[in-house]
Amino acid sequence: MNKAVAEKKSFAGVITNAPYFLWAAIFIVVPLFVVVYYAFTDDTGAFTWGNITDLGDYADTFLISVLYSVIATVITLVIAYPFAYFLSKCKASSQKIQMMLVMLPMWMSLLIRTYSLTQLIESNGIINSIITSWGLEPLEMINTPGAVIMGMVYNYLPYMILPIYTAISKIHPSLLEAAEDLGCNGFNKIRRLVMPMSMPGVVSGIIMVFVPSVSTFYISQKLGGTIRLVGDVIETQMKNSKYHIGASMSLVLMVFILISLAIMNKFSDDDGGMIV
Amino acid sequence: MKKIVSFILLLSMLACSAVLLPSCSVNDNIDESALRGKYTRDLEGTTLNVFNWGENISDGSEGSLSVVKAFEKVTGIKVNYTTYDDNETMYGKLNSGAVSYDVIIPSDYMIERLIEEGLVQKMDMSKITNYQYIDNKYKGMYYDENEEYSVPYTVGLVGLIYNTTMVEGTPDSWGIMWDEKYSGQILTFNNSRDAFGVAQYYLGLDVNSLDKADWDKAAAKLKEQSPLLQARVMDQVFQKMEGGNAAIAPYYAGDFLTMQSNNPDLEMVYPKEGTNIFVDAMCIPSNSKNVEAAHMFINFMLEEEVALANAETICYASPNTLVTENDEYSLKGNKYLYPSDEVIENAQYFHNIDPEVRSYFEKLWDEVTLN
Repeated sequence: MNKAVAEKKSFAGVITNAPYFLWAAIFIVVPLFVVVYYAFTDDTGAFTWGNITDLGDYADTFLISVLYSVIATVITLVIAYPFAYFLSKCKASSQKIQMMLVMLPMWMSLLIRTYSLTQLIESNGIINSIITSWGLEPLEMINTPGAVIMGMVYNYLPYMILPIYTAISKIHPSLLEAAEDLGCNGFNKIRRLVMPMSMPGVVSGIIMVFVPSVSTFYISQKLGGTIRLVGDVIETQMKNSKYHIGASMSLVLMVFILISLAIMNKFSDDDGGMIV
Repeated sequence: MKKIVSFILLLSMLACSAVLLPSCSVNDNIDESALRGKYTRDLEGTTLNVFNWGENISDGSEGSLSVVKAFEKVTGIKVNYTTYDDNETMYGKLNSGAVSYDVIIPSDYMIERLIEEGLVQKMDMSKITNYQYIDNKYKGMYYDENEEYSVPYTVGLVGLIYNTTMVEGTPDSWGIMWDEKYSGQILTFNNSRDAFGVAQYYLGLDVNSLDKADWDKAAAKLKEQSPLLQARVMDQVFQKMEGGNAAIAPYYAGDFLTMQSNNPDLEMVYPKEGTNIFVDAMCIPSNSKNVEAAHMFINFMLEEEVALANAETICYASPNTLVTENDEYSLKGNKYLYPSDEVIENAQYFHNIDPEVRSYFEKLWDEVTLN
């Protein structure tokens, strides 16, 4: 790159990027600093590690949140991958309609979707009233870990399907034909060609499901009964004006998510790094 | 195909808007002759910032009077009406100083705190001529003994709500919330103060105790209850109780009436050990920029027609005798909202608690609620 081009780029760059930098500064950088500030100070404003060390009491909550969201992510992946693969094999016109059907629930608020789910699986809900009308024992569905995980899977499934579908449909048909010509057929073709080439989509999908799952609070509140995840605890702390401990929990959660993202990126090529 | 889909979408949108549009006209027809020229238009064009609980005013839905619109019509003052979900949120906003409000409606213990911290100002009671109609029971309350800072707006009690088809007999004690027979059918509050309260009434403890040992006892009792609970809820209690998804829940009496109208199997009692009573009252924050209009609004809220419309909408008990003695009031003498004096005398008010004790029991609450 010669000097003139570099200078020209930086001048135009400053002008066009200024609003974005300003936006990022006000709504991303400053709030982050506020979180960090609160996490490391006490009520008097003095520096302390206390908020971080106090988090030992919440170790179980962190563990459960991570466990539930990992399970939810695995389930969404298992459901989404075959779906995305077979979708990409459908006729172009039917692909569009099916994609729209996948997207449709996302046009509704997460709150409404989760609330509707409670109506379905309540102990006196729609599913149980059907079951009991057949003379069977009602199922215990709501207020269980399973209900929380199901809520996560249900809400975030489209975020897994979309990137995987995009990645698979980008694979050029000639590559598949070449593989077949060279005698690679059936499952081998998927394992040795489709899977590696769709990895960036899988990584994006995992991130897009795992991150909101691990920090959710609404889903666990509505579906989990007395189950409390990290998001719930942070919400309570903030409501009770305990900003310092709330901030330190948020910070630890953020650092944890960053580390998981970094690990995830090891498994993908450059394309997959777009989220971070 | 695409065209047909877009066409159908367009049609359905039009249909929706046609249904929604007529509901835009709001009822602001107040009988101005009854106001006897008490409200001048001197402040026309100024703005009044009102900060109230959600769903805590007659807002013109279902043909009721829109109190805010009526006030605007009578005085020409523009009302900027915003809402909050709990006292603590309101306190946070007020304390941050980022916004200024002219009228707020906090609960008793919060008023005590706001007065202590100088966040609300003394009112000129001579301007609130309707104050004379407030029931003497609710004048000179503990948080404002000299009647200088607040004008009562609503009164509420916590009752024990149960489903008659799921609970045997008529419970009369909070002890039922520890009854293993109803394991998995019991709900409780998802906020520390109210949830602790239930254990405190049951154990006969002072809800405002400054003795940490008392809080320890209550926390131990709550831990005992945890395995029997179905969930800790606030607004979700409506759906859970109305749908018969839970058998027992403590909640506010005003909200019980709403639940009962949707599920007649529900009943409510005031347990013998006592319960919580609370008063929400109107105050003027210290940094109010339109104090004059704030006085006008508070007085307006006590007008017979306005107070009646509010009482009918909110379903909480009214401290205003213009309402409670009014034959048009559909809830006049309602046994849930207006229980015997014995119940009221046996009930405890929450006071503002010393910050150290407060953070102590918040810590205990964390221990109780973490899995």
